[in-house]
Amino acid sequence: MRFAVTVFPGSNCDIDAIHAIKDVLGESVTAVWHKESDLSKYDAIILPGGFSYGDYLRTGALAAHSPVMEGVREAAEKGKLVIGICNGFQILLETGLLPGAMRKNDHLQFRCSIPTLRVENNETPFTLQYREGELIQIPIAHMEGNYYCDEVTLAELKRNKQIIFRYAGENPNGSIDDIAGICNRNRNVLGMMPHPERAVCDWMGSSDGMKLFTSMLQYWKENYGAA
Amino acid sequence: MFKATIFVTLKDSVLDPQGVAVKGSLHSLGFVQVQDVRIGKRLEVLLDSESREQAEEQVQAMCEKLLANPVIENFAYEVEEVA
Repeated sequence: MRFAVTVFPGSNCDIDAIHAIKDVLGESVTAVWHKESDLSKYDAIILPGGFSYGDYLRTGALAAHSPVMEGVREAAEKGKLVIGICNGFQILLETGLLPGAMRKNDHLQFRCSIPTLRVENNETPFTLQYREGELIQIPIAHMEGNYYCDEVTLAELKRNKQIIFRYAGENPNGSIDDIAGICNRNRNVLGMMPHPERAVCDWMGSSDGMKLFTSMLQYWKENYGAA
Repeated sequence: MFKATIFVTLKDSVLDPQGVAVKGSLHSLGFVQVQDVRIGKRLEVLLDSESREQAEEQVQAMCEKLLANPVIENFAYEVEEVA
């Protein structure tokens, strides 16, 4: 399976994502600079965390108009797997590939911790190896993770089971309905504030993020043949 | 040349945590009359447009495409001719 990790000026979790795919999952991965727009040779795309364009204007707003996002949009339309982590989630919201918007954390502090998440829907390419309701520990590190959408959108997210992860304990940012991660209606685009790539080995404090990547690999093998 | 002054503000339905924090500080400074604070952005954009109408049209498009996020923000602008 061929992964791409997009790199914007200010991305800083790209190396962590590459490490998780190459050294832990054992699959092929390529760093793709934001000026490239052809992503057709990749099976999955990771938009990593960081501070693209210094978070200027709004988090993710300037990256959303990079050439590479045309390739991401095409990949998403073709049903390829796209995951946005932290700043990557913010970028997916700004492009409209996922509904809603991100606000500053309600306490106005940067929060770095390892919260417990509940897997709300395990019938997605990203979560099929988790149990529904499984409690997992995945680190967060963000200032703007306070997910917001209007009531109509929230009802739609619930009805379509698009809420994939919720904070199971204390909500670290004030997000609506304790949302930590959502997917699109087709289930092939996921955005989440927690960092699964930072929880792939026991020495990291948790390896609970690994099943997200092995789920993607299993889904891809089952649907597109051998790796 | 035209100068557009653009104001981007959070929608009334969206809580502004910065505004709440600033209100608290104003109260502690003794400005107890303060009922509410909302923080927004002001952008100044200089345009080499043919006419005021064209400048306004472009500013409207810029706000819709990039400068404001319609999910949480409203925008307003003024356009004036400058030398």
